[in-house]
Amino acid sequence: MQEIFNIFIKSIFIDNMIFAYFLGMCSYLAVSKTVKTSVGLGAAVIFVLGITVPVDYMLNEYILKAGALAWLDASFADVDLSFLSFIMFIAIIASMVQLVEMIVEKFSPSLYSSLGIFLPLIAVNCAILGGSLFMQEREYQSLAQATSFGIGSGVGWFLAIVGIAAIREKIRYSDVPAPLRGLGITFIITGLMGIAFMSFLGIKL
Amino acid sequence: MSAEIREREALFSSKNIKLLKNPLSLSNPITVQVLGICSALAVTAKLEPAIVMAISVTLVTAVSNVVISVLRNGIPPRIRIIVQLVVVATLVIVVDQILKAFVYDVSKQLSVFVGLIITNCIIMGRLEAFAMANKPWPSFLDGIGNGLGYGLILIIIAFFRELLGSGSIYGFNLIPESFYELGYKNNGLMILPPMALIVVGVIIWVQRYYTRDLIEKN
Repeated sequence: MQEIFNIFIKSIFIDNMIFAYFLGMCSYLAVSKTVKTSVGLGAAVIFVLGITVPVDYMLNEYILKAGALAWLDASFADVDLSFLSFIMFIAIIASMVQLVEMIVEKFSPSLYSSLGIFLPLIAVNCAILGGSLFMQEREYQSLAQATSFGIGSGVGWFLAIVGIAAIREKIRYSDVPAPLRGLGITFIITGLMGIAFMSFLGIKL
Repeated sequence: MSAEIREREALFSSKNIKLLKNPLSLSNPITVQVLGICSALAVTAKLEPAIVMAISVTLVTAVSNVVISVLRNGIPPRIRIIVQLVVVATLVIVVDQILKAFVYDVSKQLSVFVGLIITNCIIMGRLEAFAMANKPWPSFLDGIGNGLGYGLILIIIAFFRELLGSGSIYGFNLIPESFYELGYKNNGLMILPPMALIVVGVIIWVQRYYTRDLIEKN
């Protein structure tokens, strides 16, 4: 149980998707102009990461990993399909996003209308595929660990995008040097936020 | 169809050269179009992985541009994203296997970032914006151009980070031993991820200072 909690905290603060790995930067930069839209996108990312990482974990564990097919028949024990993982993961992500979109539309039209435009965009958000690939690389031991990693990374991404959106809303009133306006200053602020987040590195979990 | 054949132009007409040259500065994928930052910055702590990454992305962009451009009239618009993803993912698997076979060390350093080329926004962006509407040869040039523009920024960032952070270029020590004896220290901060963002910010600053047209209004 403690292990699961540790992974959760670690993926939010120490291995933050944006500040430590720069994943999902495209939508992070494009959508962070107002707090309201970034909250919507952030929530959608938590949602999708929380679903795709565990699904990809099971896919990896029972089909793709070297020897994973042994449960089917002993003769498959030396089959290694891990070279297929990119295409399988991206297919799962694309179809999961589609599925999530349909479910949300059916059961919560208000949530759908607030997330609406962002959901399809998420299929090509690097943070989602990155979550699955990190899960595969770090070899989590159980489904619960993978799930807490997925949700934790989503929460970390959410914090980052809402933080930068709040700063960008305020910075409109400041006198930034003309060539730095917009994109340039956003990069530099993200860098500074990243340095601030590095203070969590000292935490031993 | 016949009109297309009649309008055939030289392989390196000025229009085509522009496709190749513009992404290097005026419409640079990273500093102007803001695409593909996702997987770019994490590999720039050293020059070697940055160069390997730049070459891989250029290849994948160019080849996928050509493939999609050839298929463009046969792809139903509703499922085009999935078709594009499949084409790109296949190419990335090929690149990944090649890297694992020939430069295993670098492939280990790049870790998940090779896989993340699939969701690199440059590739999807160019497929959507260019390859779906243009013939294979211009698409190929557009892919090479954008890949090079991306690689250029990557290499500039990696150059400064490696020089200031480890005192070396491409693994060769540049700072003489005597400097260290005098008290010079490598700036460890440059190796850490946040500095990549700040270096990009500074590059954008310098570029926009010289090309005023790119300055944003608000």
